[in-house]
Amino acid sequence: MTDTTAATNLAATPASDKPGRRGPRFDVKRQNGFWLVAVFCLAMLYAPMFVLVAYAFNDNQFVMIWKGFTWRWFGIAVNDPEIRGAALLSLKVAAIASVTATVIATMAALATTRVKAFRSLPLVYAIINQPLMVPEIVTAIATMVFFAAIRSFTEYYGVVYLVVSHIVFCIPFAYMPLRARLEDMDLVYENAAADLYATPWRVFRRITFPLMIPGIIGALMLSFVVSMDDVVITVHVSGPGEQTLPLYLIGQLHRGVTPEVNAMSTLFLLASVLLVTIFFIVTRKKT
Amino acid sequence: MAATSEAGRQASIDSGRAQIAAQKAATRTVVSRWLLLSPALVIILGCGLLPLFIILGYSLMQPGDYAGVVCCKLVPDAWINLFFEQDMFSDALAPNYAYYTIFARSIMMALFTTALAIGVGFPTAYFIATRGPKMRNLMLFLITIPFWTNLLIRTYSIIMVLQDQGVLNKILMRLGIIDQPLQLMYTNVAISYGLAYAYLPYMVLPLYASMEKLDFRLIEAGYDLYANRFQVLRRLIIPLVKPGIVAGSILVFIPAIGDYVITTQLGGGTRMMFGSLISQQFLTARNWPQGSALSLGLMLVVMIALFIYAKKAVGRAQS
Repeated sequence: MTDTTAATNLAATPASDKPGRRGPRFDVKRQNGFWLVAVFCLAMLYAPMFVLVAYAFNDNQFVMIWKGFTWRWFGIAVNDPEIRGAALLSLKVAAIASVTATVIATMAALATTRVKAFRSLPLVYAIINQPLMVPEIVTAIATMVFFAAIRSFTEYYGVVYLVVSHIVFCIPFAYMPLRARLEDMDLVYENAAADLYATPWRVFRRITFPLMIPGIIGALMLSFVVSMDDVVITVHVSGPGEQTLPLYLIGQLHRGVTPEVNAMSTLFLLASVLLVTIFFIVTRKKT
Repeated sequence: MAATSEAGRQASIDSGRAQIAAQKAATRTVVSRWLLLSPALVIILGCGLLPLFIILGYSLMQPGDYAGVVCCKLVPDAWINLFFEQDMFSDALAPNYAYYTIFARSIMMALFTTALAIGVGFPTAYFIATRGPKMRNLMLFLITIPFWTNLLIRTYSIIMVLQDQGVLNKILMRLGIIDQPLQLMYTNVAISYGLAYAYLPYMVLPLYASMEKLDFRLIEAGYDLYANRFQVLRRLIIPLVKPGIVAGSILVFIPAIGDYVITTQLGGGTRMMFGSLISQQFLTARNWPQGSALSLGLMLVVMIALFIYAKKAVGRAQS
């Protein structure tokens, strides 16, 4: 694969004045063997996942002993009441957390972009990104302790605690694409609308909001995926009987695993990959 | 004459009104700004930052009989126990070797993971950065995908590769290299492979970001001055992308040292690390002050790493 810029650069420099040292097709960007490491890197990232998916089609109780091809584990996984309950709870938590986090992050993004930088702006950035700066296990433990205190004080038990803990770490993820989108948007449309005597609310509803929809979709998807994928915080914060998909999986890993778990994991992976692909397509910059 | 003064007064009134209106508008923007920010600030300060202060308080109390803490006498025991064991009878302090081992293992593992990630990530990022735009986007997409998938599922996929009847052992036995399955699970090898696998994208992406900006005229100049490929790499490319290497190392080191999922699943109970130790103090040993002190200790390590990074970044910006 020859790079066009390298090729033009080389065309400009006559290669013949250093005879014997290198040929005319010398590529300055090349480093020997780096392609091999890149291939190894991608293989290292994807090979285990391929193994996992492949064994979801194994027609055997014992997952690691291949017997033949079957689809049946997918049917079993989809109809398993335990998996269904766990998936439903995961989806519920992720849906509520991502929508709430997106609304909150949209408000925050509107307040922090498209305005003159104010004195406390760096502090606001630091607070919004705080959940990303603390190690996840520390956040999980601290949240667990905090909610345990609230639980015993209010004697209210419920899934709300899990949802709130998810909202907290979803906000920075929802904030990122929103801020990027708002910083890319030109202020002229809003200024024109304001010049034509539109009220601030009308300007927001008719101009700003429609323009930031791609950012909002991105925020929703990102925070949804992040919430669905979380393990550490969910393991520590969820109350008794609140089994999400990751918790179900942890329980299964300590027992003998059937290909049912692989089938469930495959579906889960597929959902994540689909969402992220859509996210990339929606937020891609048109060039 | 009277008319002009009348007009002047009117003008000054108008300008005064305009001033007041401008001031009102400014107040309105400030008020609406903080109104818009308040939900985010309240929820993050209340449920993200406040709990950290609570565990700071807990780390200074005595453990309750079953869990929780005894309020509210402040004792430094948990902090002392991080480094010293208290003799039950004489209160004499002895070094807490069990914790030293775990701290040392966590730090070594995190450093080794970072090194491994640089070793694999650097050539990969360079390779991506020197492709055409289409190939580049595709490869970046492939690198980011695993980052968005569930870590536990990816850990399970590593278990399928590494376990006794796993794919790796099967391949090695089929090839006749070994005739007994190797014990790979629950070893340091398994943990470091898992950590590197999980956090590789964190290394590749910042490295790629700094390599994308690489000025290849400098590299051409290097070749013109008779440098060979290795010299160009060592004397030009690596110094130029050093910010990316440092950023990637921080991004890999921090989650690796506090990792919970991979170390508990691939390391089992015998290979404790910082993250699993903290969780164990809360869930199994039920010594909350100790767990709180350990959490804050971990945060301190992370803060120091971040501080060193920030200082370096500032130094670079000044020079």
